[in-house]
Amino acid sequence: MNMMESVWVDVGALEDIPRQGARLVKTSVGCVALFRTETDEVFALDDRCPHQGGPLSQGIVHGNAVTCPLHNWVISLETGLAQGADEGEVRTFPVRSEGGRILVEASRLGHNKDAA
Amino acid sequence: MTQKLVVVGNGMAPGRALERLFETAPGSYEVSVFNAEPRTNYDRILLSPVLSGEKSYEEIVIHGDAWYEQNGVTLHKGKKVVSIDRQAKTVTAEDGTVAAYDKLLIATGSVPFIIPVPGKDLAGVLTYRDLDDVNAMLIAAEKGGSAVVIGGGLLGLEAAAGLKSRGMDVTVLHLMPTLMERQLDAAAGGLLKRALEDRGIRVITKANTKEILAAHDSQGATRVRSVVLDDGTEIPADIVVMAVGIRPNAVIAKDAGLETGRGILVDERLRTSDPDILAVGECVEFNGHVYGLVAPLYEQANIVANELAGVGGAGFVDKALATKLKVTGVDLFSAGDFADGEDREEIVLRDATRGVYKRLVLKDEKVIGAVMFGDTADSGWFFQLIKDGTDISEMRDTLIFGPAYAGGDHADPTAAVAALPDDAEICGCNGVCKGRIVSAISKKGLTSVDDVRTHTKASASCGTCSGLVEKLLALSLGDAYDPAAVKPMCGCTDLAHADVRRLIVAKELKTISELMQELEWKSSGGCAKCRPALNYYMLATWPGEYVDDYQSRFINERVHANIQKDGTYSVVPRMWGGITNSRELRAIADVADKFEIPTVKCTGGQRIDLLGVQKEDLPAVWADLNAAGLVSGHAYGKALRTVKTCVGTDWCRFGTQDSTGLGVRIEKFMWGSWTPAKVKMAVSGCPRNCAEATCKDVGVICVDSGYEIHFAGAAGLDIKGTEVLCHAKTEDEALQVIVALVQLYREQGHYLERIYKWAKRVGLESIQAAVVDDLQRREALFEDFVYSQRFSQSDPWSERARGAKDAHEFAPMADLTCMEAAE
Ligand code: SRM
Ligand SMILES: Cc1cc2nc3c(=O)[nH]c(=O)nc-3n(C[C@H](O)[C@H](O)[C@H](O)COP(=O)(O)OP(=O)(O)OC[C@H]3O[C@@H](n4cnc5c(N)ncnc54)[C@H](O)[C@@H]3O)c2cc1C
Ligand code: SF4
Ligand code: FES
Repeated sequence: MNMMESVWVDVGALEDIPRQGARLVKTSVGCVALFRTETDEVFALDDRCPHQGGPLSQGIVHGNAVTCPLHNWVISLETGLAQGADEGEVRTFPVRSEGGRILVEASRLGHNKDAA
Repeated sequence: MTQKLVVVGNGMAPGRALERLFETAPGSYEVSVFNAEPRTNYDRILLSPVLSGEKSYEEIVIHGDAWYEQNGVTLHKGKKVVSIDRQAKTVTAEDGTVAAYDKLLIATGSVPFIIPVPGKDLAGVLTYRDLDDVNAMLIAAEKGGSAVVIGGGLLGLEAAAGLKSRGMDVTVLHLMPTLMERQLDAAAGGLLKRALEDRGIRVITKANTKEILAAHDSQGATRVRSVVLDDGTEIPADIVVMAVGIRPNAVIAKDAGLETGRGILVDERLRTSDPDILAVGECVEFNGHVYGLVAPLYEQANIVANELAGVGGAGFVDKALATKLKVTGVDLFSAGDFADGEDREEIVLRDATRGVYKRLVLKDEKVIGAVMFGDTADSGWFFQLIKDGTDISEMRDTLIFGPAYAGGDHADPTAAVAALPDDAEICGCNGVCKGRIVSAISKKGLTSVDDVRTHTKASASCGTCSGLVEKLLALSLGDAYDPAAVKPMCGCTDLAHADVRRLIVAKELKTISELMQELEWKSSGGCAKCRPALNYYMLATWPGEYVDDYQSRFINERVHANIQKDGTYSVVPRMWGGITNSRELRAIADVADKFEIPTVKCTGGQRIDLLGVQKEDLPAVWADLNAAGLVSGHAYGKALRTVKTCVGTDWCRFGTQDSTGLGVRIEKFMWGSWTPAKVKMAVSGCPRNCAEATCKDVGVICVDSGYEIHFAGAAGLDIKGTEVLCHAKTEDEALQVIVALVQLYREQGHYLERIYKWAKRVGLESIQAAVVDDLQRREALFEDFVYSQRFSQSDPWSERARGAKDAHEFAPMADLTCMEAAE
């Protein structure tokens, strides 16, 4: 497959993710968690909590945030920043939902500088 | 020689008097009590919270059956005394029971006043006095429909608010032009009316009831249909509650020839005109006064107890009284005297936009009456001024603004409380003074108003003094006192767990989104703290109706395994009562090999843990375990965990009962049920207690004569030995008690509150009353548990191993690794 600067890849239907839930997409830069909020917004973040690497996809989604299952840090889905007194940041990825399908921008997932 | 004391009536006043008598002169009387009501002693004041659904009957019981037994009191439930023979010194009850006395205590309370209109005797016309009245209202409210409350005083308004919160259409009829006209002026009465109307209660003033009309049902029975006013207005009514006043119940005293006026005449030692007969409570008249609030009656109770015990002490005097409207969300406090008089002045503060009204009545530079509406924060301070007769001339200009403006020592309300002497009375209803509360806080390590309530009874009745109790906590604990710690569930709401649980029932909230809408959640969609709690409350309240919201569950309960620090999972199959066999062990060994599970460990709960399972492998691991008959052990759940057992009579030379068998039976009966926090049990075959039953949530110690049932132990973050709940003679009885206990906990526990904390909060007595003393209630709890098991006792592993449920949990949505490799 030949990738241009910005390539949107269809990874599945919006309905595949439960509302206020998450699913994983495996990539060569690690697992990316796709979150669906109560209002059907979709976000994509690294599935690694900045605290001790907890799998954010397993947390509870509330508003536009997720609470990590291991020690309850709250991470903003929009910015990837830890909320409240905790400090840390998770990488976020461009994603959009269109006509019930979810598209992620794949260029950063394929050949990402950080990943090397 | 012990004398015989007979008590007629079993209300709040004699209840307190007997308590005091047993303290001061234990064993001095052989006591029997006649109660027209078929039950033990309960807190009548708290009937309104029972009506509205904020409390259950068990929570308002003052003395359970056990108390009467312990104190050797013969309680004649449901036996009304019809006559007193003063010559023979006996009383006779309706059913012919006769009891002889040396001393007689009459405590027959009051009877509600019934307005003499046509139709007053129809079915569906009720009064508001005892639990039977409340039950009748609740039955009516189940069908919905309309209720008319006649009388807009405290009682009537509490009934109206209760019926409203139970979903009825409620109209209050009040004879005078404004509500509570004795305490409130017209403007304030208007504010109160508006506050009630905002809650959906219709209020009609100047309403003079002319008659109550009847409807005939298909069986030809008649019951109330509507209420007609003298102006011809007809208001439909499925029930009518008359709350127009009470009068002392002095009938049997009068018939026996005792001196009576409005009530039974007594002197300051509560003696009637017959030296062997005393009287206490609402049935008495003292110095021309009769009483309708608990505080003075408790005072009388102490005095009458001293009189019976033959010890001296002060006589009864009339004091200022405070009362509070117990309608959640409407703050109304009134204390003292409001009668008009030449020598009286008033200070009034109104703030219509905030809906606040305050009125002080002054006489000779002293406050003699105070009313606050909308903001009752300073009520304690004003009440203290009234009781102390403080000269207020110095602070008169700012008096109405409360202690914050009053300058001097009282500028800070906490300082004012600090300045009170140790014997200052904080809780008028229960007669609890400052010193007792402060010492209970420090000796027993109390940290919340609830704790103080449980241990000292302060603020347990009308609740007016809760603010003072909070201040005492703040003074005693300093920064360690965090009133918020016990309050809101989380940042999404100001409501506490207890409020939310109550409102789910009262408002019939059946989904989380409906609840958040109705209870005005501040966040959109809640948070990781409240959602799991709400999900549990819904499941426990509406079994079979509520659809479990997996997205509101913590990951462990969502995927039925425990998440580990590296994102893998652990799997713990059930081993009933700790028993396993070679076939199960072989299956576990095979699974460990097949899925390359790194660690196999014996848990602290007598079973085996497989640690380090990949999430994708979970369904296949479960399928293999299921094939050997192994099901989920719920090691991950706020649910029944393990029932540990010892070998018991099967093998042990000391075993007294089949402890293994009972443990297995309990676990098989109760597995799968969700609970507020985890529940761990154990059954030991003898008091050597090898299963460590006395530090569990529920433990059984088998003995020759049966089963000692323990509960409320802890051995995790806290260490606490269990309390004894009761002794059961048979295995069946033991199982029934345990199931009822857990069901009560399921209904009352706050999310994440272990049984020992719940028991501390609600009090051991209330739990004993529900699951030991009250057999009907035990039965009902048992049935409720069995019903809810119909929907939760299915193995979550097999549902998922078959791929029937939540398949999305165990597989990634897409795999882009190959795509990138190709690039
Ligand atoms: C596996 C086990 C340890 C072991 O290797 O033996 C264990 C493991 C955990 N315990 Fe435990 N507890 C285990 C027996 C106990 C016991 C002993 C017992 O059950 O008799 C206790 C003390 C008794 C008690 O609960 O009062 C115990 C008291 C706790 C507590 C403190 C609870 C408390 O309210 O005081 C926690 C923390 C909590 O629940 O918040 C806890 C929490 C945990 C958690 C769930 C920690 C966590 O949040 O991840 C551990 C999960 C590990 C896993 O994935 O399996 N574990 N834990 C035991 C499983 C028993 C079972 O078969 O189900
Ligand atoms: C709904 C409600 C809310 C209230 N709220 C408050 C409040 O907020 N603050 C406050 O201070 N007060 C309040 N009160 C008033 C308070 O409950 C009473 O003042 C108090 O209960 C009176 O106690 P008592 O022992 O005199 O009589 P009661 O508690 O009335 O007890 C009398 C008992 O005697 C029994 N009895 C009567 N005759 C006989 C007989 N011949 N033989 C055998 N038994 C007999 C009756 O069945 C009854 O059980 C409230 C009352 C009600 C009904
Ligand atoms: S004691 Fe329990 S919670 Fe603590 S490390 Fe061991 S298993 Fe984990
Ligand atoms: S790893 Fe996420 S909070 Fe600790």
